[in-house]
Amino acid sequence: MYPAQFQYHRATSVQHALDLMAQHGDDAKVLAGGHSLLPVMKLRFATPAHLIDIGRVSGLSGISESGGTIVIGATTRHADVASSALIKAKAPLLAEVAGHIGDPLIRNMGTIGGSVAHADPSADLPAAMMALGATMELTGKGGSRQVSADQFFVDVFQTALGSTELLTAIRIPASSGACAYEKNPDPASGYAIVGIAVQLTTSGGKVSSARVAMTGLGPKPMRLAAVEAALAAGADAASAAAKAADGIAFIDDARGNASYKANLARVYTKRAIARAMK
Amino acid sequence: MAQVQLTVNGRAISRDVEPRTLLVHLLRDALGLTGTHVGCDTSQCGACTVHMDGRGVKSCTVLAMQADGSTVTTIEGLSTDGSHALQRAFKEEHGLQCGFCTPGMIMSAADLLARNANPTEHEIREALEGNLCRCTGYHNIVKAVQTAARTMQNA
Ligand SMILES: Cc1cc2nc3c(=O)[nH]c(=O)nc-3n(C[C@H](O)[C@H](O)[C@H](O)COP(=O)(O)OP(=O)(O)OC[C@H]3O[C@@H](n4cnc5c(N)ncnc54)[C@H](O)[C@@H]3O)c2cc1C
Repeated sequence: MYPAQFQYHRATSVQHALDLMAQHGDDAKVLAGGHSLLPVMKLRFATPAHLIDIGRVSGLSGISESGGTIVIGATTRHADVASSALIKAKAPLLAEVAGHIGDPLIRNMGTIGGSVAHADPSADLPAAMMALGATMELTGKGGSRQVSADQFFVDVFQTALGSTELLTAIRIPASSGACAYEKNPDPASGYAIVGIAVQLTTSGGKVSSARVAMTGLGPKPMRLAAVEAALAAGADAASAAAKAADGIAFIDDARGNASYKANLARVYTKRAIARAMK
Repeated sequence: MAQVQLTVNGRAISRDVEPRTLLVHLLRDALGLTGTHVGCDTSQCGACTVHMDGRGVKSCTVLAMQADGSTVTTIEGLSTDGSHALQRAFKEEHGLQCGFCTPGMIMSAADLLARNANPTEHEIREALEGNLCRCTGYHNIVKAVQTAARTMQNA
């Protein structure tokens, strides 16, 4: 299967990519790893006239630390995120989640920025971004702005990215090993039917605050505020997780009815919290 | 048309291609390297696995242009006479029946053994997660990788 014809542009810098995006507007798509975009182009669901390949832009890939914050370039591959010693030590939740995306071959091509920008409602990383309190660096002609993960994901495949903006980096505050990601993968695609990411902050062996985020069961990833509040108030895994579906209007669809989804949310939240507390 | 230059199995290659050409089609149709198979064509099955700059990738989901400047190794790059330890082990351990998935399986296994010379059974199964086989039930494939790992360590 071939994609429809397009013109290929290799961006050599962020500025070059932004120029190409301005020039070609809605006729253009940015190409990172291509592992979400190329499959939909092969099926002709997407037929961009121009592809702007950012895969070789120097400075867009790599992992570093500055003042307690981990900075990850947008085109850093899932495999490199999962195996990074820095990320394993300072953001272990992210290493775990990145290591559960698809299969090893997918992880060798797919990029963190591509996954986050694509905002597939069943993708794994968006839940991790929320649980880790990540900030997205969005760069346009006028410069960069920082958008929190909570504000970034807008709806199914929709984010705060403007049409002439590039996601250039992701910043994550250093976090502890009191974390877990529990995923029920779709047996065919590997994507999350449900994925629950938990990051706890502990002091003196007790949970002082918690961030809990869910992917898969709604149009976009969401924080489970009732669960977080219960954990901060000292609840155990079972009683906090019992609140996982509170206030969420799940819908019936091909993947299951609303009560099944609410149950999945509670069960996987309990598993994730229990493991994070270990 | 666009020009793509890359090294395939140690040979420098330069071709004019349509930008939409997938790496697997460059390898099979332009270079005649038909050991790399197209199975599902939807990035699930791994029959098209090759190494790009030393890592396994599904070449049905990579544009030839994305491989520009890269070093690519296909199954033909391991050996053309089936003498590579992995190729021999797949034969000895009955790691194949119809053989369609085998080149991709072997390329994924080669990627694993390059990073981890002595993998556990669990690590082998995880490394082959992106490669589907509909004949063997995987058991003999795992045995073949274990056998090849031993051979390569003793070599
Ligand atoms: C078989 C298979 C299984 C998979 N399984 C999983 C899974 O289990 N879990 C999971 O989460 N994902 C899964 N994925 C998706 C995978 O993680 C993709 O790599 C990822 O979603 C997209 O990253 P990419 O770099 O390939 O992006 P691309 O496909 O190149 O781009 C995706 C979209 O984002 C845009 N984009 C990319 N980078 C930027 C940027 N820096 N700024 C602005 N826009 C940008 C593109 O224009 C495009 O619209 C799977 C994919 C495949 C093919």
